[in-house]
Amino acid sequence: MTPLVSLRGLTRRFGGLTAVNGLSFDIVEGEVVGLLGPNGSGKTTALNMISGALKPSAGEISLRGEAIGGLSPHRVARKGVARTFQLVRILPSLTVIDNVVAALAFRSAPLWGDAARAEAEALLARVGLAGRGHEAAVQLTYIDQKRVELARALATKPSLLLLDEWLAGLNPTELRTGIDLIGSLRDGGMTILLVEHVMDAVRALCGRCIVMNAGTRIADGETGAVLKDPEVIRAYLGTDHA
Amino acid sequence: MKTIIGFAVAAIAFGLLALAPFYLDAYGIGLLIGMTGYVTLASAWGLFSGRTGYVSLATVAFFGIGAYAVAALNETLPYPVILLVAAGIGLVVALIVGLATLRLAGVYFVIFTFGLAELIRQLVTWFETTVTGTLGRYIFLPLGPEHIYWQLLALCAVTLLITWWVDRSRLGMALRVIADDEVVASHIGIDIARTKIALFVISAVLITLVGAIQAPRWTYVEPAIVFNPTVSFLTLIMALLGGAARLWGPALGAIPLFILFEWLSANFPNHYSILLGLLFIVIVFLLPRGVVGLLERLRAPSAPLDQAAGTSAPAQGKAASQEVRG
Repeated sequence: MTPLVSLRGLTRRFGGLTAVNGLSFDIVEGEVVGLLGPNGSGKTTALNMISGALKPSAGEISLRGEAIGGLSPHRVARKGVARTFQLVRILPSLTVIDNVVAALAFRSAPLWGDAARAEAEALLARVGLAGRGHEAAVQLTYIDQKRVELARALATKPSLLLLDEWLAGLNPTELRTGIDLIGSLRDGGMTILLVEHVMDAVRALCGRCIVMNAGTRIADGETGAVLKDPEVIRAYLGTDHA
Repeated sequence: MKTIIGFAVAAIAFGLLALAPFYLDAYGIGLLIGMTGYVTLASAWGLFSGRTGYVSLATVAFFGIGAYAVAALNETLPYPVILLVAAGIGLVVALIVGLATLRLAGVYFVIFTFGLAELIRQLVTWFETTVTGTLGRYIFLPLGPEHIYWQLLALCAVTLLITWWVDRSRLGMALRVIADDEVVASHIGIDIARTKIALFVISAVLITLVGAIQAPRWTYVEPAIVFNPTVSFLTLIMALLGGAARLWGPALGAIPLFILFEWLSANFPNHYSILLGLLFIVIVFLLPRGVVGLLERLRAPSAPLDQAAGTSAPAQGKAASQEVRG
């Protein structure tokens, strides 16, 4: 079976700093994979290269066998890669529903007009914002803005969803809700790569984890085993605790 | 329903304006030509600059291209063909400029567009003096002032219609998303460069046509006349005063300012430039509050209230608050 997404030797240098160094892994359809690692280990840089925000210095990214590495973000988005952002990014001057309609309007099979509004309502209901489309997006609470961002990402009809610390900054109750929401996407068959520091969420959602340190992959496997891996613990906590 | 009423009112207004030449003397028609010209320029300017935030001072570059195309071709081609050729030249120049400059941000874009107008003026001057050996050209077209006025009025209506359509189309949505957050825009599949270039080209072609249609008014044309940078500044100040991102905003700014400028030049012919400069300063002085106010309102929670009715009018809702401040 061809993997949905495949990274080969992915590298990104910023001047003398190599943020991601020869990163390779595959994700098959329907997998929910956690991308872990200490701050500065290159997780977000990797995500940015997959979504097109950054061009790789070297290496290949392919989606269903088609090379997408180095394409501009709007092309990558139309090929079926959607993402959310580490710091939530809603469209502040638009209403909640227009935040979603905007994404429906520019995907590869675009929707516009009444069809887009109906689909946007359905997506808002999907993320728990039923009937709140008319509200100003900026006035929503933090978690609701995250929901809008998620609905907007889903609106592009992605085959791969990239979540960059989508659960960060939520209180325990919201976290529970958030985990359930992403769990429901997983149960619906969505392929997700999530960068996450909340270990409860990683354990609950990800069957498999990839751990990065200093730009390289140091572990890749079943979540429970990976989190017990001495090298992973060393990367997170330092040598003394290993 | 609101749309239908709006269209009906606009149609009646344009119909009445079209009848005006039958009741006015030559001076009156001349005033209407100037006013309609600036309303169209300011609206076309607002279509691009008001919706993207890229402040263009290239207005007179395209205006002059239109006028010069007519001056250069008026003895060789039939008039409608000349207009098409002028629009075509405007389109090509806008495409080249758009592709070359839309990576420039903020003040760099402003400076580039200002330089562009001057560059084209110097190029035309150089071409005329060294290649053709003349600096001025004559335009002899059998067009009365009322014909020019009707053409401009039609172009003005087309400009407003295009603006209305853009605000309701996917293109308009793309612009609003880009104005809000370019990173999000690109990640939901919006081709930012293409969107901006498309709008720049539409705006530039309309501006070119204003120059082309107005050209026969001059009879005698030379670069210093048709590439006068004051045109760019007047257009900008009119559109900003009225609210550049709103359908009717530029018109609302252009009409009073045009009348004021006319009155100033008629009553203070020797001090016109000084008064104009003072007026610019006063408006710009008052505008920072205005423009910042507009931008804050754009992002303000109250703005989308008008949009609750539906996606059919979001740009209006967004811009309505602008107008209040403008």
